[in-house]
Amino acid sequence: MLVSEQKPVEEILRYLDGENNIFLVGCKGCAEGFESGGEPQVMEMKQKLEAEGKTVIGFTLIDMVCNQSLSRMKLIPYQQVLDGTNALLCLTCGSGVQSLSSVVNKLVYPGCNTISSVGGHAEWKEAERCMECGDCVLAYTGGICPIARCSKSMSNGPCGGSENKQCEVNPGIDCAWHLIVERLTKLGRLDKLEEVIPPKNWGVSLTGGPPRY
Amino acid sequence: MASKFKQALNSGKFVVTTEVGPAKGTNMDAMLHHIDLLKDVVDAINVTDNQSSVMRFPSVGGCMLVKQKGAEPILQMTCRDRNRMALQADLLYANYMGIENVLCLTGDAIPVGDHKEAKSVFDLDSVQLLKTVRTLESGKDLGGNDLDGVPSYCAGAIVTPEANPIEPQLVKFEKKVNEGAEFFQTQAIYDLDNFKKFMKHARKYDTKILAGIVLLSSAGMARYMTKNIPGIFVPQDLIDEMAGAPKGQALKTGIEIAGRLIGELKKEAICDGVHIMAIGKEEVVPDILAAAGM
Repeated sequence: MLVSEQKPVEEILRYLDGENNIFLVGCKGCAEGFESGGEPQVMEMKQKLEAEGKTVIGFTLIDMVCNQSLSRMKLIPYQQVLDGTNALLCLTCGSGVQSLSSVVNKLVYPGCNTISSVGGHAEWKEAERCMECGDCVLAYTGGICPIARCSKSMSNGPCGGSENKQCEVNPGIDCAWHLIVERLTKLGRLDKLEEVIPPKNWGVSLTGGPPRY
Repeated sequence: MASKFKQALNSGKFVVTTEVGPAKGTNMDAMLHHIDLLKDVVDAINVTDNQSSVMRFPSVGGCMLVKQKGAEPILQMTCRDRNRMALQADLLYANYMGIENVLCLTGDAIPVGDHKEAKSVFDLDSVQLLKTVRTLESGKDLGGNDLDGVPSYCAGAIVTPEANPIEPQLVKFEKKVNEGAEFFQTQAIYDLDNFKKFMKHARKYDTKILAGIVLLSSAGMARYMTKNIPGIFVPQDLIDEMAGAPKGQALKTGIEIAGRLIGELKKEAICDGVHIMAIGKEEVVPDILAAAGM
């Protein structure tokens, strides 16, 4: 089980500044269990966003958003609705956000922070996806996590060592920052990288503070 | 009062910096010798910070020695070995001791160095370290607390003009400028046409660019760097020139190439200065400048 908790709505609204038509995704797996992204939380978020003048053009709940194939399949009926938005808000762990991000050509914003996997892992297993940092930055980085996937967990761009899209430290793996820039270029949203990510709150991360689970 | 280095940057002259590396151990004879040789021919001397993730005498200690010799130090600080508390503490100490120039780096990764079992820190990255410098100058620390005594710095950063692909590097370059990087010392450049393309972009921003000049000491080194060091590209004609040097004369040829590059950068006013990295051959830096006609 991955333990997540909802981000403060003010933080979510800051990410969604300029995005008017929002599609909401919840998860009937861990996020339902921890009451961060089950059906009641999705409905509640819908109301909060609408109260702030946003249009929620649709929503769905997927059994396990971190299951990439399942997410791809479950979104098929919503293709037309999704054509009307550039922004999905995903109320799941970081793995769920990245899984969803990998199956839609849209920005997927995290609505939750992932605070622990309590020893378990998500269903998308081919690479490290989420380090349970507790302070999710996926809203800035096109749904690809630099904390888990960059060898130096760099928040604001690549080091000088990336060559041919590979990591200098471990040449067998992709440079996370290359993937991020490539994806945001494809989405026409390089503007997302203009904002400097401030120093992170490592006090809420699994390895930076006291264990919470 | 701006630091001597900052005054040089703002004077419009072609600025020259170089670097020295502290010893592994307490024998500073070689470094002190290099400082003596360099102090009157350059505007400032960088002191590296556990360079290549190899544990050494600290950069702040090295900067103290540069100061004692009457030269202008640039403190290199990486985020690999210290968290935000230690970095801020060292910045305060450096400022108090009259070390006013700081180069903000993320730092090489632990696995490339000589303490592979160490825990890497990376609490901050280079962009956030620049922000930290500016925060301290505002009289606050990163925790939002008031400082008793406010420091000021001349802060810079690095950039890799030959990065492949270049786009992610430019994103970060812009962030560094926006966070107040007053100068950049670049990764090694050898191809002036490529560098001019980078400078065309960089000139849109209000910051000073010092081109990185790494001395070639043999054809083998040139081939190795272009093949193995990300962000370094040595054109084939320079490799051929090194390979064609008479026996025992490769270093001399390397000095001529470095001098020629610097001479062209200065003559064509392509950038604001150079940062010479002689990597173990610091004693020939004056020869390089002589070859550049400086």
